[in-house]
This record gives sequence, structure tokens and C-alpha cells, in this order.
Amino acid sequence: MKRTGAQIVWECLVKEGVQVVFGYPGGANLPIYDAMRAYPGIHHVLPRHEQGGAHMADGYARVSGKVGVAMGTSGPGATNLVTGIATAQMDSIPMVFITGQVSSKLIGYDAFQETDVTGITLPITKHNYLVTDVNDIMPALREAFYVARSGRPGPVLVDITKDAQQAVVENWQYDASPIRLKGYRPDLRPASASLQKAIELINSASRPLILAGHGVLMSNAMQELRGFAEKANAPVAVTLLGIGALPASHPLNLGMMGMHGETWVNHAVQEADLLLAFGMRFDDRVTGNLKTYAPNAKKIHIEIDPSEINKNVKVDVSLVGDLKDILRQVNPLVKPGERAEWLNHIADMKGDSAVRDIQNLPDNGHLYAAHVINDLWRFTGRDTVITTDVGQHQMWAAQYFRMDKPHRWVTSGGLGTMGFGLPAAIGAKFASPQSEVWTVVGDGGFQMTMPELCTAAQEGIKVNVAIINNGFLGMVRQWQEFFYDKNYESTPMKSPDFVKIAEANGLKGIRVTERSQVEAAIREAQAADGTVVIDFRVEQEDSVYPMVPAGADLHAMIQRPSALVETPQDV
Amino acid sequence: MLHTLVILVEDKPGVLNRVASLFRRRAFNIESLTVGHTHTEGLSRMTVTVEGDEHHIERLTSYLYKLVNVIQIEDLTGKQMVTRDLALIKVNTASEKRSEIFQMVEVFRARIVDVTSHSVIVEITGDGEKIDGFVDVLRPLGIVEMVRTGAIAMERGSDSLINTSELLFDSAAVA
Repeated sequence: MKRTGAQIVWECLVKEGVQVVFGYPGGANLPIYDAMRAYPGIHHVLPRHEQGGAHMADGYARVSGKVGVAMGTSGPGATNLVTGIATAQMDSIPMVFITGQVSSKLIGYDAFQETDVTGITLPITKHNYLVTDVNDIMPALREAFYVARSGRPGPVLVDITKDAQQAVVENWQYDASPIRLKGYRPDLRPASASLQKAIELINSASRPLILAGHGVLMSNAMQELRGFAEKANAPVAVTLLGIGALPASHPLNLGMMGMHGETWVNHAVQEADLLLAFGMRFDDRVTGNLKTYAPNAKKIHIEIDPSEINKNVKVDVSLVGDLKDILRQVNPLVKPGERAEWLNHIADMKGDSAVRDIQNLPDNGHLYAAHVINDLWRFTGRDTVITTDVGQHQMWAAQYFRMDKPHRWVTSGGLGTMGFGLPAAIGAKFASPQSEVWTVVGDGGFQMTMPELCTAAQEGIKVNVAIINNGFLGMVRQWQEFFYDKNYESTPMKSPDFVKIAEANGLKGIRVTERSQVEAAIREAQAADGTVVIDFRVEQEDSVYPMVPAGADLHAMIQRPSALVETPQDV
Repeated sequence: MLHTLVILVEDKPGVLNRVASLFRRRAFNIESLTVGHTHTEGLSRMTVTVEGDEHHIERLTSYLYKLVNVIQIEDLTGKQMVTRDLALIKVNTASEKRSEIFQMVEVFRARIVDVTSHSVIVEITGDGEKIDGFVDVLRPLGIVEMVRTGAIAMERGSDSLINTSELLFDSAAVA
């Protein structure tokens, strides 16, 4: 059949099962947009900024498990995608970015809206393509989807010149043959000798600890993780992106590790005699000082990306491959274990959780972020999707929203991208329309991508926004308080009236200043038809505890000075 | 220590940039890099010399393998290998040292490939040390211009690191 390059783009997206594309039109991708109407099976969402479109596709990918697709035009359209691409790269999100490029004859001549997009994105993509010939569009897109979703997933960018989009292929046919790339090996498997050695270490450990990372979710190995943990009686600590790998309510789930992890979790890491790293990469926010990290532990690393082995932490055994496959081999060989002494010890460190339950703290007239998040958890269903920005609210959300389901926690971990939350929530809603979707954002990050409120309004979709508004760039303020003599330079922030902002977008806005109002506001937001913005005016100088200062020993945590949610003003 | 890596890559536009960019992004220093065709169509071969300990080189190798266009990497360091570098050196021959220059060309088994009344171009191949030695000898005699290719390397013996018939299509087990 006769097809233009632009039509081939859509044909390929249809074949890949794409249902929604987040994109922004412009001069160099107009042919693609001109051809779009003939493909009504794909819904197109117009963000207010390409970065928003990228984060939407990212949120869509994280919740659906499918490849997220974002598009932009050449030049500024493509450069605006860059933050979204880097976010996806750091968190291994399967995405395909399609950008328009100036016509091939103009490349290199500084044409209008020309940018070397494949050059710019080379270090922040898993792979990328510059397509100048219409005949290369289909192979590039097929490879892009294949590379994006296989092995350790990641973003792939395909930059297509305008003349390639316009050119015609007379007898075009879709090639459905399997893809083979000479230098690409996504299906590595561990050596059997390593498997044996791992089993021996596991069965002889008395203080094992599983470190569950994003890889558990990417590999859909939640059941296998649970099976392993229950059989071996091995407690599980999760990374920020590993939240949801095991239900928070599971007795073996200790909670989050690392810089703002739970005290008993970080102590357990330091005291363990065996660390089982499942699909995680020993990020510096997780390990603290590497020289004193888990000094007593043998280490087994199960990881799909060989370059992560021995990168930050030297391990005793590495099993390279798909986590689900490997655990299916390992689990039958794991001996059931009691490990009562170890579990009791951790329980002792944890203490009486009722004492720490912030619901038990009397209302002292202040509104704390912890209460907001905790109430959000109490009054929403177990299928709720939470997306966040980056900073204090993100850590409070990780600590107080006790996530039981996988693929419902959407946050920018590796890159730490402010402005991620709202657009990611919009994408998440498209991935799981039946789920209640909330984005928890700070007043700073929210303002970076706030215009996407109107995207939600235009699409008529409902994502609720909980702004943890403390009038500061809170996490930076916290560092200034702890490490820079309270020199609050450039962190106090004036914000617009968020209620009016919501109303200006045709949406409902609610302001909450007291703890007693939180539940009613959440209920009101849930009951409303469209997106609702709640401006939670929380305690301004509250900090996230515990905290391991950057580069400090993991067990050297700064604890909350007094009771759990009291600040000096309360004393 | 200095490592000599041979990297087989797909012969496609931008692949050299991908490899060089990776060295920069991951903060490895390239001592020398050469690239050229192999006898197999679509396959190019790079020889890279890079400073680093075993751990560094392991990391570098695993990062290089993440590049979709990189097919195979071999570290020839410590193996029996032939390394060659080629230099063209233009030397001023106007002085009374002219005969001394010709003598050195003989001693180092270099070749004179261009002659004018004032200068010669000398071609020399060999490992890096030999060329360094030759340059040291010529330097006081008046080097006008010099160009070197950087090292290329091949393992001695009858085995080939390139198994072109089955270019690693199957997944390899990794320890």
C-alpha cells in the first residue's frame, strides 16, 4: 500500500499497540499531525509544554507497564523534552520519543528550529536514531520499541526529518519479523555456578535482608519476591522506587531504606549478614558512606544490567538476568527458615508502632504534612495512584502513604525532577482510568508544570492535586537549616492563590489550614466531577526525619529532636 | 595501567561519537583511539588505549556493551599481541645534520617518503615506544611537523576474536 513517512509513523504506533500519545505539534512534525486523523484508535493529548507531555507518557508507562510515547517538533520542542527524557533514563522507564527534524538538506545549516537532538539526547537515552530516509522509519520505530521495553528498559528517541515524513513509499508493508540487533543482548542469564553459590549463602545466612528495588516492579516479580521472603523469613527493605514491590502492610516489609528511610531499616542493613539486592543499584541516597556500608554482610546482587554489578558496592555473587526468571529458579532451592532471633531483633528496634502512629498525636493546632498524607492514605482506596514531585512532600508521601499495590507509586527517583507530579498523574490516569489518582506536590514543584492543570481540564479527566504548601522550597530549606546555619537564601517562595488558579482553569479549589479540615477536603475532592486542587497550608519549617546527611554513615541518622511531629514552636 | 581494548562496532553514522561520548560522560580518559573498517562489511574495529585499573576497565567494558551498536570488546592487555602505531615526521634537512638524519632513518628502519631540498618526510611504524624513541632522536635535529595514528592492535596466534559467522546473536552467559 502507498504510504507517506508520516502515515508509516502512525501505522507503526498502531502495530505496537499504542493507545495514547502525548505530543506537541510544530513546523517539523506537521506531516505527522496531518496524517493523525486517519488513526482514531490512538488518542492524542496536547500538553501545555513538551516537558509535561514527556512526564505524562512517563506516568502512563509506569502505571500501565506499556511503552509511553511522547512527541515534539524540532528545536525547542525537542529540547523541552530533555528533562523528561533524562527522568525516564535514570528510572529505566520504557518510552519512545518521536521528534520532528528539519529537512535532511537543511541539517547542519542552522536552519530555523534546527537542533542536534540525537547529539543532545545521546547520553540520556538508551539509544536514539536520526532518520533521514522514509524507508528507515519503520525499522527505526520497530527497534525503538523493542529496545525501550527489553532488557533494562529505557527511553529511545527517534528523530525524523520533515522530508522523510513527506516522502512516499509506493508498496509499503509492515515487517513483523523478529528483531535481531547484533550488539544488543537483553536476555542475559546467570551462570549456574553463581546460582549455586547464591543458594548456599542464602541458606546459611542468619540475618538476611532483601533490598527490593524498582527492578522487582519492572520485572513483575512481586509474587516471586513475596514467595522468597516468606519462605526464607527474610525481611524486606524497599528503595524509593521499590515501594509497592511488597505490600506495605506485609509483616516482612520493614519500609524504606536510605537517606530518609526508617531508622530500624538502616540499622538492619548495617547489621545484616547477607544483603539480597533485587533489582536495585546501590544509589548513593540508599547507601550513605560506602566505606562503612553493611560491613558485616555478604552481598548477592540480582540485576538485569551487568554494568550495575560492582559499580557502587562490591558484591560476593552476582546473578545477571531477569529477576522474575531468576527468583523462579532460586525459590524452590531456598530452605525454609525461622530466623526468629533476627526478626525479633528488628521488631525490638522498631518498637511499638502505636506510639509512632501520628493519628495518636493530639491536634496541637498545627497542620503537618505527615497528617495530610496519612489522611490521604486512610481515606483513599488501595488502588489509588500517588504521583509526586521531588522534595520533602515526596519523602513524607513515601513514609506515610502505605502503598499496598504495585505500579501505583509514581515518583522521579534518580533524576529527582521537580514538576513531575502533575503531568505524571495525568498520564497515570490514562493508564488506569478506574483508579483514583492523586498527585502530592510541593508549592515549588507544582508551579513548574502548573499549566498542565488546563490539560487535565481540556481532557476532562480527574486527577486530584494535594499541594503541600509550606511557603518554602522545603527540602532545600531543610538542608539550609541543618548544614548552612539556617541561611534561608532564595528558598522562601511566594505562590499565587492556588484556589483561584484552579478556578481560572474551570476546576475546583479548596484551601485547608487546619488538621480538622483535612478529611472533609479529601472527601469533597473525591466527590467532585473533575480535577480538584487542594492547597494544604502546612507547618512552614517542618523537616523530614530521620535523615542521613549526604555521604554520612548509614547508621548516623539525624533523628527528630522531640516528639514525632513537633517543631520548636510547640515546646 | 594502560589497557588496550579492541572494540567491534557496527559501521553506522555516529557510532564513533557514541563511544567517545561514553568515555567522556563516565570520566574515562582516552590515550589513543583508532577506527577503521574490517574485512567484514558493516563492521568497524576500534583500538582504544585507556588508563585504569582492572575495576575501571570492567566498568568501562560493561558500559560499552550497553551501547546498542557495540558488538564485541576484547581487552588485549597482558596477552601476546602485536601493536603498531604509524607516524609521519617532517624533518628539516637544511642543516649540516642531514647525514645524521638519514643514518637514524636507517637505524630505526624507517622510510623516507618525500624529499625536498630543505626537508624530508619520514614514515615509521612500530609500537609506541619505538616511535617515541625515534622522535626523541629526531627532535634536536629539527622536527617541522608530525602526525601519529595511535595504536592498532591484534592478538598473536591463529585465533580470531571476530567470529563473523555467528556474530553473537545468541545470549551470552555472564558470571
